[in-house]
Amino acid sequence: MKLRLRIASFSAPIIALSIAFGLSSLILLFIGKDPIETFRIMFEYGIKGKSIVSIINRSIPLYISAIAVAVGFKMGLFNIGVEGQYLVASLIAAFIGSQFSIITPIHILFIIIIAIACSAMWAAIAGYLKVKKGIHEVISTIMLNYIGTGLIAYGLTNVFDEAGSDYELPRTPELPESGQMPALNNLFRLDDLQDLHGFLFVAIAAGIFYYWLVWKTTLGFDLRITGANPVAAKFSGINPNRLIIVAMVTSGGFAGLVGLGPLLGYFHRFTIDFPTGLGFAGIAVALLGRNHPFGMGIGALLFAFLERSSQILDLNDVPKEIERMLQAFILLIVVVFYEIIRRFIVKQQVKDASKKVET
Amino acid sequence: MTRMKSKWLILFIVFGLILTACGGGSDDAAEEEVVTEETAEELDSPATTAAAAEPVADPPSICLVLDIGGLGDLSFNDLAYSGYQKAIEDFGMVGTFLEPDGGGENRGELLELCAEAGNDLIIGNGFLFDGAMNEVAPNYPDINFAITDGVAEPSNVRGMLFKHAEGSYLAGIAAALKTKTNNVGFIGGVDFPLIHEFEQGFLAGVAEINPDIVVQIGYASVPPDFSGFNDPVKGKEIALAQYEAGADIIYHAAGGTGTGMFEAAKEVSEATGSKVWGIGVDFDQYYQVGTPLPDLQEYILSSMVKAADVSIYNAAKATVEGTFSGGASVDDLSTGGVYLSFSGGYIDDIKDTIEEYQAKIISGEIVPPSVRP
Repeated sequence: MKLRLRIASFSAPIIALSIAFGLSSLILLFIGKDPIETFRIMFEYGIKGKSIVSIINRSIPLYISAIAVAVGFKMGLFNIGVEGQYLVASLIAAFIGSQFSIITPIHILFIIIIAIACSAMWAAIAGYLKVKKGIHEVISTIMLNYIGTGLIAYGLTNVFDEAGSDYELPRTPELPESGQMPALNNLFRLDDLQDLHGFLFVAIAAGIFYYWLVWKTTLGFDLRITGANPVAAKFSGINPNRLIIVAMVTSGGFAGLVGLGPLLGYFHRFTIDFPTGLGFAGIAVALLGRNHPFGMGIGALLFAFLERSSQILDLNDVPKEIERMLQAFILLIVVVFYEIIRRFIVKQQVKDASKKVET
Repeated sequence: MTRMKSKWLILFIVFGLILTACGGGSDDAAEEEVVTEETAEELDSPATTAAAAEPVADPPSICLVLDIGGLGDLSFNDLAYSGYQKAIEDFGMVGTFLEPDGGGENRGELLELCAEAGNDLIIGNGFLFDGAMNEVAPNYPDINFAITDGVAEPSNVRGMLFKHAEGSYLAGIAAALKTKTNNVGFIGGVDFPLIHEFEQGFLAGVAEINPDIVVQIGYASVPPDFSGFNDPVKGKEIALAQYEAGADIIYHAAGGTGTGMFEAAKEVSEATGSKVWGIGVDFDQYYQVGTPLPDLQEYILSSMVKAADVSIYNAAKATVEGTFSGGASVDDLSTGGVYLSFSGGYIDDIKDTIEEYQAKIISGEIVPPSVRP
């Protein structure tokens, strides 16, 4: 019986993926393109060496962003503000990190700590507003995103701009050599490919830390119990206000790491090209991966794969937007299916229980 | 029950946000298409990729990567596109054009994609491509690259630069001679050095004729927000405010935002009965805005034309003929790369004065400033 339930819950994402690909194929047929050919081109391009490195690099910030969102989800808290949190943190960390030079490990560690601290503080504002003023975190984090965007625009042009540079656009000074994270290409013998970001290890560590925090500590237990049943949690002696602040700060702390993969591994400075939208993408990945460290890893890789492999489509006369639709389909269908499966499992459990009572 | 409801409400909001976030670039992207001059049988089939892979007896190919704003901005990107299309027609080239994602951080990837597909000439439209060019171009020494408004280090990259200040200086002369209120305006797209070239040239031109003329300056956005190049509503707002404050001629260097300025000119002229004008940029907007929107045509005093289309066309020509060279190529009044248009005949009466100043700039007697003091 147990096994059957397990299979049922694992089948959800697979069924959802098949349906999503099916729907996208229908749309491709509708606009007169061959879906099989389209997906074949995407796949072929997506498994090239360069593509694989690019996919891993793309999935690093996606994965960390998903973790940040998942920490909140675990206790029923919606941190929509990962977007603003990581951008603010990246800007400040990029600037402070460029102001001095020490040996590499300490320098990078220092940048990481600054980013985490900034991001956590930015997120704490939303936690404070919720606890003290009763403002829903969805509203406050969305608003904080806008405030963050404005502050970044102002700060980048007026405060953190590289002094004495004749470059046309505002950007922070470049990180010194010691603040740039070495690539992993030597480690994996990828000589003729682009840099594989060293931040990969930090992402993996973040995943392990997240697992330990949520499933192996009392704080994690409190988070999960509050998410499952807030009333019961309160009566069992959990202080919800304290927990909201802690969860928000933890979520924000993870969010601080989101921008560091691209920052330390590729850009080495905050520019107007710095990737945005990772915070929102993280919500999608967290939903897809059901807040599980492994599931989110798969989800991040999947989205990164779709993003990278769709680049080839324009060259083959297929609109690249098909990939956006595919992502949206996957997301919607997965959420629906998780709910269906959850109900099915609950029903089965009730049945089993009643059988036991009968016998 | 209420808890359930609010949960769904939140989910709804979240999805809305994700969708808007994802949809960031897709407004412009709707106009995206790939132009291939090959026969239709090759579309949808693996032959397209296969054909690109083997260089034997291929027709020359050109790849254009547009920048933020995308096709349909009636300005910078459309200008590049028209040069690119002319090259395809005249030289029988195979063309591909791409647009970057919302933030544009995949510029390098798109250039690389074009290079791997075996294109002979790859154009990055906008100086933001400089970093990507430095990264990609050295890996493909046999391919010609070109970048608009910028320069890059590799020797196979041609930097196509324009002296915006020279043309803008003449626009300033024209505005100063034509104003009746001794009050003119300038609308910039994004407040950063490239647009300051237009602003400073214009200011100097106005001051040359009459230093007492008031110049109102407005910008549609500040970096890192680049929406100011494609925001006609904002353009109209700024223009209305400037006209209201007494300006009767406004010069814009704001891409698609400028359409809003011409609309404002029409509205104000009709409401007050005294005619106000706009000066266009990049294209000869008398035709380029005036053709799709004929009722705006009579408010377009002149345009500061920047022939980026010609530069792209020339790069394509050089590629086909095998005479392509890298390095910076600067276009100015003397080469005809920038000029003030007389379309519509509204400034024909001051043509002599303008040509006089044009000659002075070409001879070096006047050097219009291009950076803020």
